[in-house]
Amino acid sequence: MTATQLRDDDTVAPADSTPADGGPSPNGTAAAAPAIKRRRLGWPARIAGGVCAAFLLAALLAPLIAPYDPLTDDRSNRLQPFFSGGHLLGTDGQGRDVLSRVIWGARPSILTGLIPVFVAGIIGTLLGLVAGLGSHRVNTVIMRTLDVFYAFPAVLLAIAIAAALGSGTSNAIIALSVILVPPIARLAESEVARIRSAAFMEAARVSGAGWWSIALRHVLPNAAPAIVVYCTALIGLSIVYAAGLGFLGLGVAPPTAEWGLMVNDLRQFTFSAPGISLVPAVVILIASVAFNVFGDGLRDLLDVKGDGR
Amino acid sequence: MSATAELTDDPTAAGSLRPTPLLVVNDLVKTFGNGVRAVDGVSLTVHKGETLGLVGESGCGKSTTAKMILRLLAPDAGLILLGDDDLTAVRGRQLRQMRARMQLVPQDPQTSFNPRLSIRSSIEFNLRAQRIEKAERARRVAEAMERVGMPMAYGQRFPHELSGGQLQRAAIARALVTSPELIVCDEAVSALDKSIQAQVLNLLVELQQDLGMAYLFISHDLSVVEHLSDRVLVMYLGRVVEEASAAQLWARPRHPYTEALLSAAPSSGRTRIMLTGDPPSPVNPPSGCTFRTRCPVALPACAEERPLLQVTDPHHLVACVNEARTAA
Amino acid sequence: MTTLATTSDADTMADGPTPAGRDSAGGDSNATLRLRDLHTTFSSRGLTVHAVRGVDLDLHPGEITVLLGESGSGKSVTAKSVMRLYGANATFAGTVELDGRGDLLAAGPKEMLSVRGPEIALIPQDPSAALDPLRRIGAQIVEVLRQHKAVPTKAAAKARALELLGQVGIPDPARVYRSFPHELSGGMRQRAVIAIAVSCDPRVLIADEPTTALDVTVQAQILALFRSLIDRMGSAVLLVTHDVGVAEEVGDRIGVMYAGRIVEYGPAADVLGAPRHPYTRALLDSIPSPGVARGQLRSITGQPPVSGELPPGCAFAPRCPDAHDRCRATDPVLVDLPGRRLAACHLLSPDDGPAAASAGAAGSTTTAGPEGTDRTEGEESAA
Repeated sequence: MTATQLRDDDTVAPADSTPADGGPSPNGTAAAAPAIKRRRLGWPARIAGGVCAAFLLAALLAPLIAPYDPLTDDRSNRLQPFFSGGHLLGTDGQGRDVLSRVIWGARPSILTGLIPVFVAGIIGTLLGLVAGLGSHRVNTVIMRTLDVFYAFPAVLLAIAIAAALGSGTSNAIIALSVILVPPIARLAESEVARIRSAAFMEAARVSGAGWWSIALRHVLPNAAPAIVVYCTALIGLSIVYAAGLGFLGLGVAPPTAEWGLMVNDLRQFTFSAPGISLVPAVVILIASVAFNVFGDGLRDLLDVKGDGR
Repeated sequence: MSATAELTDDPTAAGSLRPTPLLVVNDLVKTFGNGVRAVDGVSLTVHKGETLGLVGESGCGKSTTAKMILRLLAPDAGLILLGDDDLTAVRGRQLRQMRARMQLVPQDPQTSFNPRLSIRSSIEFNLRAQRIEKAERARRVAEAMERVGMPMAYGQRFPHELSGGQLQRAAIARALVTSPELIVCDEAVSALDKSIQAQVLNLLVELQQDLGMAYLFISHDLSVVEHLSDRVLVMYLGRVVEEASAAQLWARPRHPYTEALLSAAPSSGRTRIMLTGDPPSPVNPPSGCTFRTRCPVALPACAEERPLLQVTDPHHLVACVNEARTAA
Repeated sequence: MTTLATTSDADTMADGPTPAGRDSAGGDSNATLRLRDLHTTFSSRGLTVHAVRGVDLDLHPGEITVLLGESGSGKSVTAKSVMRLYGANATFAGTVELDGRGDLLAAGPKEMLSVRGPEIALIPQDPSAALDPLRRIGAQIVEVLRQHKAVPTKAAAKARALELLGQVGIPDPARVYRSFPHELSGGMRQRAVIAIAVSCDPRVLIADEPTTALDVTVQAQILALFRSLIDRMGSAVLLVTHDVGVAEEVGDRIGVMYAGRIVEYGPAADVLGAPRHPYTRALLDSIPSPGVARGQLRSITGQPPVSGELPPGCAFAPRCPDAHDRCRATDPVLVDLPGRRLAACHLLSPDDGPAAASAGAAGSTTTAGPEGTDRTEGEESAA
């Protein structure tokens, strides 16, 4: 094997393939970069990530960190302004501490935001795999069925489903999962279709491995980054939708703290106590934006746009 | 021991090994949806341990033929026999087992590996369909990597960390890992620098001498094909126009297209036969002999009937009504 | 086909059609384009790649100079640097002189725009990349002609475009004029690109792997076309390729590049027939030829170097079968060899001996680079 043995000290110098580009390209393809390009999470994404983590922590640790009980009302203490007497964000129309309700409200709001994305992510990815790798007929059946769902405005559909199922957190979660499946499945299918035509797929098929093996081992690792990034952005949207359902009374029942519900509660005080009435809406906004920005950062980190190399 | 040496030129000569056919392809046809008749009745035979070269320019159907042999594409018509088994008829488990017997080394090393998997994982995946337990799989992977001269440490690396030549070695290791009887090399060295190409070609020869598998070597590079092959098939627009041993083809090409092809290579030392125009559209090929529109010696008869492959010298087949004049 | 273009040959070339209003540069050298100590460096994200590390080259009218090398050798970068086709992340050093009129590398963007096209034209590797897929071929040629005011009227532009398409061997120019790029075959597209490139009668033509993407029969046609065009137009040509056959086919002179430098230079037949540099020799040996027994191809061990990670001394030393300590310590410079050849190898210029004397005497010439009309010309005896 001596004549053809690679020497152990061969530098990892990926520069012996023609046709040559004659030089490195500025985005650091393998011909120039001797190591994996190390990517970092940008500053905006880090801050956003911190905010997301804060919300998640709030949801988890609500009993420990909320200063007051969210349900105890105190009519004598209605609509106290910010920073008054131990109420950082004041009190609402029934004297309940707004901050505590926000913290406790993180539970249903974030949950109803996160869980549908997870569920839809799994279902959507599965559908995308089947549609992308399957026969033309299978693909048509799946994609056109999804198109039907696309024909409805998502919010309307969520409302319709939630209303049909009845109010409550689990029904809201179901409704949101249903409307999130089509966009995720579409993205998954387009990723899978792109990967399917890659040269390494041919080599994988030559091995004789079944489609399922190939899907798990070859396709999924390549499709996952785009799907994950997309789902992270969907969390922001899902939180808004969840709050919307809550606002309409299709989520948890009062007096449980939930951001959408709080928006509805405090609506009547828009002019008399504008600051307080805006609090839940601002919180929803911050949570949603935080997840979106984090998703953007993830996308750059995983270089989803740049073809993952 | 080189069984290949005895397979050149005249396998029926007394005292030499009679070659056993490994792969027999008969009248393969493939028409694509857009009307392109990519493969139009191609037959070939690869014997055990020999290298069959498949030569032609772009659009001649050589890659499509290879894909049908590997069952990556389904032929519209025709027969493919691997040993005694009809490849066009097998399914499921049997097909999976047959796949182990024929493997592929694709053209572009950079894209033929999954960028998200380590080299080792990619090579090991090739054994996935064969019910082999983990320890044995690891052993085979290690053995294959050693055979191609790849240090084990490279197994942990990812495709973008390796050069083209190193990746192509890995691709060969991946093909070897199932102990195939036939390896299809689809332009396997075309994307490599010449100096690296030489390394890989030497490796392929060495492996064939050690392990005795056959190669179906597809290339547009004539000098490489001539160097590596025992027998060569020349394809044009989906058809085989000439078939002969490498030595015979180069010494005495008979089909006008082969002559032009060999003379077109720079510094071939032959009289340059310049073909006019571009290859005709594969959607609407000329009647009769598809080459007649560019053929310097075309006759009116060429338009009437498709010329069949006929034996001229022993084991030298040509599809031409008008036998080409020999090159000096 | 001339293999050795001497000064007298170059003069004969100048007798051919000279674009009106341009006088060829006089003086002791009629090199149309001179590269002196060209360096090109790319930096992005903290990574610096020194792609071209000091190239000296002269291009003469009517002559095809081939830059031969594998990937990473810097040949394409050299060619594109002349045309300043790189963005902000490329830095240059050295000079590129056109007709002795000033350094192109120092020119401003506006000046470069006026130079590209009428003075220096590029034939890129991939014709599909050079052609706008949304516009017809004729329109693209006309646009170039009009932009550089090579013709007075639109009608004249169209006529000239049709004429050009005919000159590049397209059988039905009117049809191709109306066609979109995707309607043409690869060979046709490349001819169209050549038509665009020569449309303004450039003094310098740079061809970057012009036939790599083509079938060998089409390549033969294109190379023949190329040769006849150059013979007629008298442009100075720089042709970049990794294919030795192409170099042999059309090259008058060959510069072999390795790791950003020219390691050997001379008349094509000489360099290919009797290579002096170990890399050139090894490169030519690694090509399969009928005589070589199977499995016995001479290959070069290792990989070509990455420009950012060069060892001290000769860049080829790690892979050179004849390397010794001096090779690993100091970088060899190009030295004059008989027959107007140059090569950069310590083995060719030992510390003692006649070669060292000529290297010393031609010291200034050496740094000046491979010129067809250097001072030592008269002293050279036939190789």
